Amino acid sequence: MTINLKTVKHISKLSRISIDDNKAKKLGKDLNSIFSFIEKLNELDTKNTEPLTSIAETTLKLRKDEIKSENIREDILKNSPDKNKDFFVVPKVVE
Amino acid sequence: MSNITDLKLVELVDKIKKKELSSTEVTTAFIERSKKSKKLNAYISENYENAIKKAKIFDQKPDFKKRLPGIPIAVKDLFCTKNIRTTAGSKILENFVPTYESTVTQNILDEGGIIIGKLNCDEFAMGSSNETSYFGNVQNPVSENLVPGGSSGGSSSALAAKLTPATIGTDTGGSIRQPASFTGTVGLKPTYGSCSRYGIVAFASSLDQAGPMTHDVKDCSLMLEIMSTYDTKDSTSVEFKRENYLNNLNENIKGKKIGIPKEYRVDGMPKEIDELWEKGIKIIKENGGEIIEISLPNTNYALPTYYIVAPAEASSNLARYDGVKYGFRSKGENLIDMYEKTRSEGFGDEVKRRIMIGTYVLSSGYYDAYYLKAQKVRRLIKNDFDEVYKKVDAILTPSTPSSAFKIGEKLNDPVSMYLNDIFTVPINLAGLPAISIPAGHDKKGYPLGLQVIGKAFDEQSILNIAFALEKNINFKNNITDWWIK
Repeated sequence: MTINLKTVKHISKLSRISIDDNKAKKLGKDLNSIFSFIEKLNELDTKNTEPLTSIAETTLKLRKDEIKSENIREDILKNSPDKNKDFFVVPKVVE
Repeated sequence: MSNITDLKLVELVDKIKKKELSSTEVTTAFIERSKKSKKLNAYISENYENAIKKAKIFDQKPDFKKRLPGIPIAVKDLFCTKNIRTTAGSKILENFVPTYESTVTQNILDEGGIIIGKLNCDEFAMGSSNETSYFGNVQNPVSENLVPGGSSGGSSSALAAKLTPATIGTDTGGSIRQPASFTGTVGLKPTYGSCSRYGIVAFASSLDQAGPMTHDVKDCSLMLEIMSTYDTKDSTSVEFKRENYLNNLNENIKGKKIGIPKEYRVDGMPKEIDELWEKGIKIIKENGGEIIEISLPNTNYALPTYYIVAPAEASSNLARYDGVKYGFRSKGENLIDMYEKTRSEGFGDEVKRRIMIGTYVLSSGYYDAYYLKAQKVRRLIKNDFDEVYKKVDAILTPSTPSSAFKIGEKLNDPVSMYLNDIFTVPINLAGLPAISIPAGHDKKGYPLGLQVIGKAFDEQSILNIAFALEKNINFKNNITDWWIK
């Protein structure tokens, strides 16, 4: 399998990472070498194998739905790149 | 008296408890040495002033019941530390100051530990040489221009250079054990679920584990005891009886059955590594252990599996870095443009590469062929271990297929860089504990490590076996202080 420039651009769109043509070419080369290495898995027959989704085979525990940390609004907003009063600010999304 | 910074962790604890040394003396000594060692670039953030203040407060009212009484410790910059900048080695978190403390660092603070700084690492822990950090390469104190391993490269460098008496790292595919091996230090990756992941910047959640990095096995046991706690804030934290690892440490390995997996004898492995392995086998036999040849038939599929599972989880975990609530933001014409520019400028090349691999293997039409396939092979790899653990108590292998390499040597070949983790990755996929201990040098004088892999939640056995090996190997790290003028 080969990953062409169009596919690289498509993945970059899905990943929300902008990329120029030069970088896309180099990345395509890297991805192809990595994927040819990954293809090795096709040697294995896994028709009757269950996927391993979690290594810690524990059931999730329920806890009470209670507030543990209060009055942290200011703390949380401290790290925001742009804020207005109690809100995070982002570029305009509605006309 | 010898230099304070030459003392090991357990020795320092002992001297503070006996009032032979104060926390202020110890903390100042490690900070002074750190200040003289900027050339190593081991630190991303320093917390020196604050640390000395804390040491003075400790000395005014010392609590000697604590297990790390006033002990200074620098930690990998992947652990969130309240009010201390936490970058994960990335531009995107360059100015991020957490408002909360990770459970593992909280455990260290609760036992009297003092954080003296945050240590360099590969960006989001993605790398095997510390060369993907936004904050620059780290020098291995063993020799100039040698990588310290990765991703916990700042940790291994600072520890080996004696800038901190012990440290903590994280290990997703070998990120504690490989840098420990490259710097002649001890590193342990606990069983998945042993140490809480709460407050650790997430890379691949089904593989990530925090663990200790120390000068010897005793120090490692003490650190693990403190780090490993059941935590309701981590849904994969496991409740099990945690041992007093240090108290129970015992070099008697009589009757222990140790497996030697034939698949780990890879083509082209340097002769020195084979000899090192033989040396380990000989020591086990001489000390009454039984050596058993075993087979882990799916070993060769571990790396390809890892390079699907880890990027897939990473692409999902790193979706949160969008320039909205915290971290770096770039200007954009609209919201989507802002996201795309923020992530393009904020992440480095290796992180972008892995996000894109992950996005691809999870994308519509490819999920079954890649991600589901990898999860199935992961089951086969785990089954291999389950099968051999019916016959053996632990497994002995080399830690890495080579010694440390030069900075820049493998940067342009991602697959060759990934091959570094060939002996460590299967253990993360199976969720098992493993320890790397220094066991010798290659002909260039660079350290080499041996890895002991245990059964799930049986950290005590691998510590004991490592303890027996350590006593017989008597490794000496011949580090000259070349970076200090």
